[in-house]
Amino acid sequence: MTTTDLDAGTPARTSAPRGTGTRATRVLGIATVVAMAWLVAFGLGFSPADRDQEESVRILYVHVPTIWIAYLAFVVTAISSGCYLFGRKKSLGFDRVAGASAEIGVVFMAVTLIVGALWGRLTWGVFWQWDARLTTTALLFVTYIGYLAVRRLGGSHHQRAKRSAVLGLLAVLEIPLVHWSVRLWRSLHQEATVLRTDGDISMDGLMLFSLFVGVIAFTLLYVWLLLHRSRTMFLEDLIEDRGLDQALAARRAEAEEVRP
Amino acid sequence: MSRWRVALLVARKDLAIEWRSRVVLDQVLPFAGVTMVLFAFALDSDAVLERVAPGLVWLAVLFSLLVLVQRAFAVEAADGALDALRVAGVDPMSIYWGKGLSLALQLLVLEALLLAAAVVLYGAEVPAEGVVLLVTTSITATPGLAAVGTLYGGLAAGFTGRETLLPLLVLPAVAPVLIGATRAVESALGTAGAATSDGWPWVGLLTVFAVAFGVGGSLAFGPLIDE
Amino acid sequence: MSAAIVGAIVEMDDAGFIIGSYVLTFATVGLFAWRTLRRGRRLAEQVPDEEKYWL
Repeated sequence: MTTTDLDAGTPARTSAPRGTGTRATRVLGIATVVAMAWLVAFGLGFSPADRDQEESVRILYVHVPTIWIAYLAFVVTAISSGCYLFGRKKSLGFDRVAGASAEIGVVFMAVTLIVGALWGRLTWGVFWQWDARLTTTALLFVTYIGYLAVRRLGGSHHQRAKRSAVLGLLAVLEIPLVHWSVRLWRSLHQEATVLRTDGDISMDGLMLFSLFVGVIAFTLLYVWLLLHRSRTMFLEDLIEDRGLDQALAARRAEAEEVRP
Repeated sequence: MSRWRVALLVARKDLAIEWRSRVVLDQVLPFAGVTMVLFAFALDSDAVLERVAPGLVWLAVLFSLLVLVQRAFAVEAADGALDALRVAGVDPMSIYWGKGLSLALQLLVLEALLLAAAVVLYGAEVPAEGVVLLVTTSITATPGLAAVGTLYGGLAAGFTGRETLLPLLVLPAVAPVLIGATRAVESALGTAGAATSDGWPWVGLLTVFAVAFGVGGSLAFGPLIDE
Repeated sequence: MSAAIVGAIVEMDDAGFIIGSYVLTFATVGLFAWRTLRRGRRLAEQVPDEEKYWL
């Protein structure tokens, strides 16, 4: 940090506020919006209704990509946590990527659970089924909410990074155990189900393409969000670091103003 | 001193504290007991109670686990005892094993008492051929619970808001134990016509869980409490 | 009031569910994106450009 910044009081006011964007993210953002528009056009318009699920299959074009992104986000969190923990540099950048990714994952998973319930109401006749995939997802959702809570516990950035990295890796240990136990539970207690179609359908070309558009669109969105969110986290850390310094400087400046 | 000896000393210290303060005896046990009574109010049917008795026992164990873990680390955080242990050069893995061991022993006692309560209050019956399965279930489920509880208890200890954070971290993680132990005990008791032999795959699950979190916790506990 | 809403949800036809799930998805994700952007803008003002590694 340079002293001139502090003396200036409000350092970067002079330059235009540019936020966390760059030309690259702007291009990425536009591509995302275009892909989303395509997704709506194909998902709600061009793609045909399914033989079994009829129109409700259209929900899958957003539902499948969101859950895919949620799981991708958590995988990225785990890898990034590992990179922080086992890397020689202990780079906080990895920690921020892990945190940002987990946050995005939680948002997408919340959407997935709600949209999944809507789809279930149409296809199964009930909002919720105690199916292995669903139950695992719900438990995972809570687990990562816990992860985000731990990130906010406080302490230095490296303390936070270490703690959450360990937790991010432990969550990966948890996933197979939870999934296995729930699978075993359901297979032993098969209940009569309403209108069983299993969610597995044979998709024709156009339907597959719509799904493909959805996956692309949401993956672009994920990358865009990840870039912005991890940069915002960088700013948060930086401002927290110099928060005290800046508060002192501001007080000093106030005192100067009072005394001409 | 070897790790195990230190761990045993930590466990002995914890148990001695518990024994003298009688918090477990005077507060946690009554808490678990009243939970069992409240379950009966909520479900309000003898047939249903007998059917769900194994699940209620384990649910009460989970709730008590949260209280016990809070307690185990409140003892440490109060006078900076955990830091003192660390400064004294005690290996975190020994602390983890020691505290886990003491927690596991307390849980085992609690499970036995809660099961007895289920027999008395819910009319659950323990057939002779189910006893081995019952004991094995308890012995395999408890280390898993203790491993998770000690791990996250150590993480949350010393922070404001730990009372609310702990359940959020622990409950989703121990969901497999609740599922596995409940099914295994159902088989042991023959609830709803379950066969004893059906219970053994669940014991397998509980064992894998205990080993996974035992190993994971031993490795993770050091970095988690090391500030 | 709330009973009416619940009733409307239960009685809603397929189109409502389908369009509803699209709207819900985009609204939630959009809100998250917007909040991230806005927070980034606000915080970026307080930090000199040479510290922003992405510029």
